[in-house]
Amino acid sequence: MTTAAFMVTCLGDMFYPEVGERIVRLLRRLGVTVSFPDGQTCCGLPLFNSGYHAEAAAVARRTVEIFAGAEHVVVPSGSCAWMVKHEYAGLMATPAERTAAEQLAGRTHELSQFLVRVLGLRRFRSAVAGTLTYHDSCHLLRGLHESESPRALLREASGARFVELPASDECCGFGGSFSVRLPEVSTAILDKKLANVEATGADCVVACDAGCLMQMRGGLSRRSSRVRALHLAEVLEVENHLPEGSGEPLRGAP
Amino acid sequence: MEPELATPFRERAEHALGDRFLQEALTIATTKFITLRREAFAELPEGEALRDQARAIKEATLQRLDHWLERLVENVEGRGGRVHYATSADEARAIVLDIARRTGARLAVKSKSMATEEIHLNEALEAAGVTPVETDLGEYIIQLAHERPSHIIAPAIHKTKGQVAELFARELKRETVPDPEVLTRIARGELREKFLQADLGISGANFAVAETGTVVLVTNEGNGRMVTSLPRVHVAVMGVEKVIPSMTDLAVFLAILAKSATGQKLSVYTSLVNGPRRGGELEGPEEFHLVLLDNGRVRQIAGPLRESLNCLRCGACLNVCPVYRQIGGHAYGYTYPGPIGILLTAMLNGSESVKDLAHASSLCGACVDACPVRIDIPRMLIELRKDVSEGGIAPWSERLVFRAFAWLLRRPALYRLGARLGRLAQAPLARGGRIRRVPLFFGEWTRTRDLPAIAPRTFQERWAELEREARR
Repeated sequence: MTTAAFMVTCLGDMFYPEVGERIVRLLRRLGVTVSFPDGQTCCGLPLFNSGYHAEAAAVARRTVEIFAGAEHVVVPSGSCAWMVKHEYAGLMATPAERTAAEQLAGRTHELSQFLVRVLGLRRFRSAVAGTLTYHDSCHLLRGLHESESPRALLREASGARFVELPASDECCGFGGSFSVRLPEVSTAILDKKLANVEATGADCVVACDAGCLMQMRGGLSRRSSRVRALHLAEVLEVENHLPEGSGEPLRGAP
Repeated sequence: MEPELATPFRERAEHALGDRFLQEALTIATTKFITLRREAFAELPEGEALRDQARAIKEATLQRLDHWLERLVENVEGRGGRVHYATSADEARAIVLDIARRTGARLAVKSKSMATEEIHLNEALEAAGVTPVETDLGEYIIQLAHERPSHIIAPAIHKTKGQVAELFARELKRETVPDPEVLTRIARGELREKFLQADLGISGANFAVAETGTVVLVTNEGNGRMVTSLPRVHVAVMGVEKVIPSMTDLAVFLAILAKSATGQKLSVYTSLVNGPRRGGELEGPEEFHLVLLDNGRVRQIAGPLRESLNCLRCGACLNVCPVYRQIGGHAYGYTYPGPIGILLTAMLNGSESVKDLAHASSLCGACVDACPVRIDIPRMLIELRKDVSEGGIAPWSERLVFRAFAWLLRRPALYRLGARLGRLAQAPLARGGRIRRVPLFFGEWTRTRDLPAIAPRTFQERWAELEREARR
């Protein structure tokens, strides 16, 4: 029996609760017992990236405590998963704290990685019709070196067609506080991304990070585009997980 | 003070975004560089291992920089060259000017060198009555235009061929067309005369090999070879971190440098300069001087920016940087643009000089992937941001906002209350789950993008129900 604690993240909690709901239902459907440890706020990445490290450490410390007992921790955003996995340990003050942070790092997974590499699943029905494309979130791609898990899920999502996004590995221009410190530059980068998305003719651009989604949705909505930006969890049908084929499982670290 | 710094960084960036020619030139050039680099490494299965090896050599050399510099000095002097040590830009300029004065130089030809840009050598030469002539085509173009390089290896990357044709027509009084070949021929003709007249040749150095006392120049136009061999006196100015132990090490760097920079297997010319002309040799300068420039570098061997001392100045991080690709090099305002440029600027001028630039990055990490020696630029940018916030350089209002945010994140009940209050506050603004305009901080967001509204019920508010669902 697999158990997982769900880390909703601040953006996920306030802006995209339906994504969290879908993830919880999806995981349960797959036989995972999902818990939601109380007292969650934010992983501290915005503080860390802006150079407020003492503050980020205080936030990290309480997150480590909150998730101390979990077998797995599932996170809907690559950037928050990266923060927990790569930066928490370095922020800790004592060896005991550091050990706890390292343990949490090893048990924390971004959603697509959890589905594909931990559970060994990749065959889902698509909840949306039409053509899908995928934007590589920087922290998931270059921080967690993951490009294959989300693609495996999307390529196999029955009922939808998957096309590659040109320059999918280029940033969407979000960058946390960067998006409001230099909004003109952030938007110029976004415009390039959205032009690439629109050129694919896809109906949906899928991402595994609430930050990129906020940026791309914000831009698409402002330009009244017909293209939708969706979280991976919004694409995977909750009810119908298909029998896994004979394909080589991806299990293990990327 | 750099002339570009009269306006704040954000305005400089905005200005660049509005420059149609700049945008066209940047898109074409950076896209081309990215593709060529990718193709070059795709053909080199051992590329990744070579990158690791190059990084290891740089790290090991830094560990014993004093030793390798001593070996270099010994061997350059053994070949009849003279070595000078400059602690600061001032000292470096004084050394070069002194050489020019002593040798009676009036005209100096220069091959492309960021180190001489860093010390603002051209202005100093002019003031001393020595005319500097840049002989790299890109550098020649921007010297004619009275501008500064906007890219580490492609100084005129911001100019279109049409603009160069106009510049040549205006400055050289030559009828021309916007055809790179024609333009190059004109520049070549102009420069040939200068090479023959010059009494001083000034170059930088891509590497200096300690065990042989060899200064290595990597160029594509052959101008480097002319600069180092035709004039009576050759002066090479290089940062102390450019020293490498041996020729074997050099081979590792040469295998990846040009591929990272332009996607070439090797640059067209790799010049190994071994001091002044010796008895029986037909060419080469009578005097050779090597100026070793510290200017803040040595201090960083034990500092937070240490890793940036591994930089080969290939420019790959600029080409892939989404910010550089949008604003170009001039908007950064200092000698070294782009992601690595922010670190080098901090190294040369202190953290305060990059209080805005440290934030000119989405921390996407494309630079780390492109860097031949895998310099972790985002990590050091975050370190600089830390200096800016903890050193009290950031505005008090910003520090207050972040500290209040951190305070709230440690109080989950208040955090949840905050979401409820936010929902009340957004009520007049939110339509269909999105907000088109908000005042204050997030107003910067909504000028160009819609903001999602806080959900009618947050995930935390839905959890009790999800829990019941599981029990059914």
